[in-house]
Amino acid sequence: MATTTYTGGQKQNYLNWKTTLASWLFTLDHKRIAILYLVSISIFFLLGGLAAGVVRAELATPKGDLLTSDVYNKMFSAHGIIMIFLFLIPSIPAVFGNFLLPLMIGARDVAFPRLNLLSWYVFMAGAACILIAILRGGIDTGWTFYTPYSSSFAKGEVSLAIVGIFLTGFSSIFTGINFLVTIHKMRAPGMTWFRLPLFVWAMYATSLIQVLGTPVVAITLLLVAVERTFRIGIFDPSLGGDPILFQHLFWFYSHPAVYIMILPAMGVISEVISAFSKRRVFGYHFVAFSSLAIAIIGFLVWGHHMYTSGQSMYAGIVFSFLTWIVAIPSAIKTFNWMATIWKGRVHWDTPMLYALGFMGLFVIGGLTGLHLAALATNVHLTDTYFVVAHFHYVMVGGAIMGYLAALHFWWPKMTGRMYPEGWGKLAALLVFVGFNLTFFPQFLLGYMGMPRRYHSYPEEWAVLNLLSTAGSTVLGLGYLLPVIYLTWSLKYGTVVTERNPWGARGLEWELVDTPPDPHNFERTPIVTRPAYDYNHPEEPTGFVPKPRPVVVGGKDG
Amino acid sequence: MWNFPLVPPTASKEGEAISLLYWTITTIAIVFGTIVLLGAIYLAVRYRASNNAVDRSNATDSDLRIELAWTLIPLVIAMVMFGWAAKLYADIYAPREGYYEVFVIGKQWMWHCQHPNGARENNMLTLPAGRLVKVSLISQDVIHAFSIPAFRVKRDAVPGRYNAMYFTPTKPGVYHLFCTEYCGTKHAEMIGKVVVLPENEFQKWLEKNAPGATAAAATAATTGSAAAPATGGTLTLAQQGEQVFKALGCNACHLNPNSPVKVPDLTKTWGDTIKLTDGRVVKGDEAYIRESILNPAAKIREGYQNLMPPYQGQVSEEQLVQLIAYIKSLAGASNGGK
Repeated sequence: MATTTYTGGQKQNYLNWKTTLASWLFTLDHKRIAILYLVSISIFFLLGGLAAGVVRAELATPKGDLLTSDVYNKMFSAHGIIMIFLFLIPSIPAVFGNFLLPLMIGARDVAFPRLNLLSWYVFMAGAACILIAILRGGIDTGWTFYTPYSSSFAKGEVSLAIVGIFLTGFSSIFTGINFLVTIHKMRAPGMTWFRLPLFVWAMYATSLIQVLGTPVVAITLLLVAVERTFRIGIFDPSLGGDPILFQHLFWFYSHPAVYIMILPAMGVISEVISAFSKRRVFGYHFVAFSSLAIAIIGFLVWGHHMYTSGQSMYAGIVFSFLTWIVAIPSAIKTFNWMATIWKGRVHWDTPMLYALGFMGLFVIGGLTGLHLAALATNVHLTDTYFVVAHFHYVMVGGAIMGYLAALHFWWPKMTGRMYPEGWGKLAALLVFVGFNLTFFPQFLLGYMGMPRRYHSYPEEWAVLNLLSTAGSTVLGLGYLLPVIYLTWSLKYGTVVTERNPWGARGLEWELVDTPPDPHNFERTPIVTRPAYDYNHPEEPTGFVPKPRPVVVGGKDG
Repeated sequence: MWNFPLVPPTASKEGEAISLLYWTITTIAIVFGTIVLLGAIYLAVRYRASNNAVDRSNATDSDLRIELAWTLIPLVIAMVMFGWAAKLYADIYAPREGYYEVFVIGKQWMWHCQHPNGARENNMLTLPAGRLVKVSLISQDVIHAFSIPAFRVKRDAVPGRYNAMYFTPTKPGVYHLFCTEYCGTKHAEMIGKVVVLPENEFQKWLEKNAPGATAAAATAATTGSAAAPATGGTLTLAQQGEQVFKALGCNACHLNPNSPVKVPDLTKTWGDTIKLTDGRVVKGDEAYIRESILNPAAKIREGYQNLMPPYQGQVSEEQLVQLIAYIKSLAGASNGGK
């Protein structure tokens, strides 16, 4: 680790100090592992997006005429499984969590660098299983794998896909453990809990969910594979099992998993809004604790996916109560972000556009969550396009807007190149408009009762569906643009050498080179100020101590 | 193409109440959404970096009072909405009295509905306007969901257990019926119509569609997916159940004064509070009767032995519904209520 092979003229950084393929595949550097994740999940995102495009193309007309029912069912299943397990869950944690966590807290690396690399390999092994299952004829269970359909009726490589999800789950657990230990044990001197950037708080809450929730879904899905293979009755009533039990176990993880997707995005938004408003995040403590509140209460609301399933009516009422409660911390965050902009100095750069877009879409996603938290309206709306629209507003409008905000915000730090600002703004606009055009009509369709996962639908819903499909092409273009111009910028983008091109606060901007040195900091920094201290621009957040002078012959150097 | 509705029809009493709740929540969402969306844009424009004409003094970054305000106000609204929605939920899911009952069996990929007088329909459900209806649901294979958007109601049809929901259709008409729980290849074709008729027309419909005398329950049941509605005779659901009861040989012991073994009195099973050998106490309801036919060993009545063979795999969901109707009728409970 101490030796450096880099001999070029440019300053040594984590990208250029070794360039062999092996140096990437066996790297223990959290920043390089982040890049490995970035490249892999970008590919998976494009695959999942392709499947979504096929689904929308089929739904452009009421008749199921483009694909057979089976192919359609496999397409929406592939879309859901790839997007959730191979893109959204790893997205911000595995890319930006990995890249930023040590930089933000002043650490040399994460606590367990080898575990970190292992998590990428395990993730890729899981992804390989899932993709092979899809290529070998596909699976048509939907991403929810409801029993007894998945365990006793569905054909295809369901078990292989489940093994894949099991593996990606372990990858997620490894990352979670790594981050929890890193945040607990590796903060630089002076980096107290309440000086942590809010992104770190969000990652902490997320990791908590990953560690506590993921084992449950991993084992549940494995039980489905066991029932499929050995016909041992666990969930299938004809074998003596209980299908509702599966739903309890599945949602026990999969509802908190929604927060795995959205909490990191919320963390990003806190960083971006603060950096581009040049103001300390309003109500720091409230924003920090709301992340924890979401993580904890989020574990107690899984039954709201099951109001119509036949679980006890009283259980439904308790779950609904808790669901209304869990809405509050999200509201707190949103209001605090608005108050952060208030009296700030707002710079309308691309990351800020995405952050504002996030607020717009997340608020719509959150508020339509109220219709679904409410028991009686949920009964009407559940399993309709209303739900589809709602969770796309949260997971795509929220999580992916946050991801894109992060990608543009930290892009110069990660690559040493700036993306083209004009294209960035255009893409942000296209994503916002295309997104609303795609998903807003689905709220109307859902209220009228259009069921989700339908290959064909009644004539009277043709116009709204066509609108949605048209919007999806705009959205697709909006997502394709960054792929093109960010790749372009790697070679042709303006070179960034200054540490802090945005004038933001935070150790990763103030004390770390662009791109970062393989060792992050020359020496462990010492933190002297709270996060986002824009009120004292002359006071750095921390400093890297000078080496002690070696006094030859002295007693106490 | 120009048939372009933006809201569903509202054709049940419960649906009207749920619509009101829906629009109330929507209004709240629009108010809060507008505050946040326009507010954020307004602030971001007003406080743009190039604007130096704006007052930025006293820009505090925390204020307990304002935090409490935007925590507690939404919380109060949330609690009111929670309670209101829970009340309407109980209206459609909590047990009620005085209903017209239909049994619905979901299977890949059709809906099979049975009326108390024996009339059967596939992918159609005919109901009277102005009467409380109970739909009892079960699935024969995977999980389905019985959704009638015009009534704003939905319930999962789960294999191995009965689920129920209640509603009161108000407006005669023809409405969509969907399966909303993904159930495999032809999920999107598991659709049908709900027909609401005025009471007098409904009575006529019932008479016309009562099954024929020749439709012995056993054959009707084994063919299961017979075209709707089945034709012939005048056997009610309970009478069909009696035929199944005999066809399966249940009367060798049950309801037989000369029974070779000691069996529980079926005329007292429905609605009874039953003490089990392991000390548990259960209610004699659909779920109990169903389980006791399929797997008698699961719950043994105190004072009796497990002598009955299990009928798992030998009796269809349709036959089970008929048997339950028969056992209900033995207890004097008029099947389906009034």
